[in-house]
Amino acid sequence: MRAQFPFTAVLGQDEMKRALLISAVDPSVGGVLVFGDRGTGKSTAIRGLSALLPRIRVVEGCRYRCDPGANGTGCEDCQERGRSGSLPSTWAVVPVVDLPLGATEDRIIGALDLERALTRGEKAFETGLLARAHRGFLYIDEVNLLEDHLVDLLLDVAASGENVVEREGLSVRHPARFVLVGSGNPEEGELRPQLLDRFGLSVEVKTPSDIATRVEIIKRRNAFELDAAAFLDEWKSEEEVVSAQIASARSSLRFVETSQQIISQAAELSAGLGTDGLRGELTLVRAARALAALEDVGAVNASHLKQVAPSALRHRLRRNPLDDAGSTVRVERAVEEMFGE
Amino acid sequence: MRDAWLAHLLDLLPKESVVRRAPLHITDDRLLGGLDLAATLCAGKPVVQKGLLAEINGGILIGAMAERLTAAAASRFASALDLGAVRLERDGFTQTMPARFGLIAFDESLAGEPGVPAILRERLPLRIDLDEIRHLPKDAAVNRDVVLRAREDLTKVVVSADVIQSLCVTAAALGIASLLAPLMAVRVARASAALAGRKVANDDDAIAAVRMVLAPRATVAIEAHSAEESPSQPSNDEHGTEARGSNDRQQPLENMLIEVAKACIPPRLLEALKSGGGRRSTGSNGKSGSTRSTMRRGRPVGVAVGKPGAGARVHVIETLRTAAPWQNLRRDKARPDSRRVVVRASDLRVHRVKQRSETTTIFVVDASGSSALHRFGEAKGAVELLLAECYVRRDQVALIAFSGRGAELLLPPTRSLARAKRQLADIPGGGGTPLAAAIDTAFELADGQRRRGQTVSVVLLTDGRPNLCRDGRAGREAAQSEAVAASIAVRATGIAALLIDTSPQASQFASTLAEALGARYLALPHADAQTLAAAVQVGRNFQ
Repeated sequence: MRAQFPFTAVLGQDEMKRALLISAVDPSVGGVLVFGDRGTGKSTAIRGLSALLPRIRVVEGCRYRCDPGANGTGCEDCQERGRSGSLPSTWAVVPVVDLPLGATEDRIIGALDLERALTRGEKAFETGLLARAHRGFLYIDEVNLLEDHLVDLLLDVAASGENVVEREGLSVRHPARFVLVGSGNPEEGELRPQLLDRFGLSVEVKTPSDIATRVEIIKRRNAFELDAAAFLDEWKSEEEVVSAQIASARSSLRFVETSQQIISQAAELSAGLGTDGLRGELTLVRAARALAALEDVGAVNASHLKQVAPSALRHRLRRNPLDDAGSTVRVERAVEEMFGE
Repeated sequence: MRDAWLAHLLDLLPKESVVRRAPLHITDDRLLGGLDLAATLCAGKPVVQKGLLAEINGGILIGAMAERLTAAAASRFASALDLGAVRLERDGFTQTMPARFGLIAFDESLAGEPGVPAILRERLPLRIDLDEIRHLPKDAAVNRDVVLRAREDLTKVVVSADVIQSLCVTAAALGIASLLAPLMAVRVARASAALAGRKVANDDDAIAAVRMVLAPRATVAIEAHSAEESPSQPSNDEHGTEARGSNDRQQPLENMLIEVAKACIPPRLLEALKSGGGRRSTGSNGKSGSTRSTMRRGRPVGVAVGKPGAGARVHVIETLRTAAPWQNLRRDKARPDSRRVVVRASDLRVHRVKQRSETTTIFVVDASGSSALHRFGEAKGAVELLLAECYVRRDQVALIAFSGRGAELLLPPTRSLARAKRQLADIPGGGGTPLAAAIDTAFELADGQRRRGQTVSVVLLTDGRPNLCRDGRAGREAAQSEAVAASIAVRATGIAALLIDTSPQASQFASTLAEALGARYLALPHADAQTLAAAVQVGRNFQ
């Protein structure tokens, strides 16, 4: 495997990077969808994110990396053990799991462990990608090309936060709460509306047209290809800064104040744009709060709301399916009307 | 020429290089890897089998007829190219296998066909038009040993900031939006320098990169843009000292590169650009036999209990999984150490496939002078409403327009309705009405889509006033009879059609034509969008 291009070295694409950082701070925001041109650093940024994520505490010996602090939400095994006292815990890295397009169903949800069954006659469950992604990120590149029957599996699990396996005589249920991150190129095809709705934030990326930016991107990429180790070294301090930023934002998230005014502004904005359901304003408030935590300010203000509104709302508009650029513009206009420009 | 070129290439590669062909119908288990059935049954435990992409690591993969790849298949190649590895998540295996390979994709599409899927095309740096090559240069300076040495030196070659800057500016001047292109150009410049034994890439290498990578990707005719480039130069200042010393030299290199690009943009490309970038559809695709053999009956959606045969294929993994828990009980008492897996008939599982229910709707829009005069705008509105219907059903759509310039495939089948809408808005109108040619083009496309396993329907919008024959002769009578004859041929194939009459008064000929086509006839009512929408609602059930 090649070394990973550092997240912080991805130039421009601020909205995408912001959305990814927000989802790293508060997973309940509900995932990020990145749609746009090829070669804009979509996959690079997402794959690079894993290096920045602070480690998490997990129950020692738990194959699903349950959270020792949140009893009652873990796997059956941990709940059982948790009743008889506190669980031993250890540190683990946050998983960023890649779901390749050619994956088969059994690898996604998990299946009978063939090797143990054949050699020892044991009936054991072999965890799938969903289990591996628990408490982490599940990344699907070219998400709009994913086979429909795999999308169905994902939708179900992403909605319930639990993976229920009933196959080959196995009956297993385990928690599978993950941040769904998808990327794709709209020219290849549209995304199913149900799946679109599962993403908390949606970002549009465009190739930068400014020559200076383009030259700098190519230069960085070239430097990385020539000597990856030296390049990573050069960006090490930058990476550490952002990593620390995420860690501190995570711990301060609980203390960020969200005033009644902000909540009603978010509601007004969503209602004015005619978004379906309440998920839009919920995401909007959560994302604004995560952004406030990232910026290390104590309370959510209008500027946070303004920054995250396009990402949180643009894919929720009851849109004319033929209107390609319209949603972003509509959100921006609504934001301008509300806060004055 | 193709074989000669390939032989020449193989001559230059190190002797031990692996070279393999990827057939079009390659399945995921062979491409990406999976369970090795024979070895698994023999060993009594799962054994992984490498896929083609992993086997080819360090070698060259040849994909013939790459234009026939689906976007999903192409993305598997693209992902391996990006990562330099194959990530296997199949059949109970989780593995990452190195897969760094060179991909040679042969694009045998004819003019007007979509070509290699964009997802792959954009990732392949070099494009060679073999039709343009008459003889292969026998360059004594380049041989196998030189290539080997160049490979070793590749990572030591320095590409200066000047060269990078110039390549980016040239790419922008050529209207290449994607950043992948200049990125690949830098790589090619580096390789070119390594081949020539240089430690620093010079102007010649930059020129080579422009010729091979950037020029074939040009999207704008260069004359219009080269003049505008100078204002964007001040950007150097932002980079501080590193760029300053080289400023005076930089300008000439860029100009030179742009000149080079101008000289080597393929003439046919320019022609296409001048005519508005549209793809002209001419002739039929005489490759029907090959697609038929690769057509899949449906995609796997799961497994079911059952016996193979009658079209059902054994699902090996699931069968093994079912049999697995019983192995201890079933093991031959006489030979307790046998590793053989005992499978009974009741364990057998088969693939359940779903017939592909995808639909392609082909819109054929009359953009002739007479039509434009009448109700072209309303016709476009009607198509938009139908497009919205297609979006709900997740259909693919294609767009053909016909006017004095002939029948043109403006949009090959796509699921991107935003593109369809853009194309629709840009249809130029005017000229005669080559209706027969339009019906022919629609039929060719419909036939091709059907061979890919799609259900096809054709929506024809016209005012029913054909006046151009296939050979370009004018004449109402002849054009009408040609159109009717073409329609009867289409009807014989049983392709569903809807004809929307856009003339002010319902035209007699249009309904005759609808009958010949076996199409539903719908006169576009004279009214506001709502009545139109209602009419379209009726019309959409025509399939």
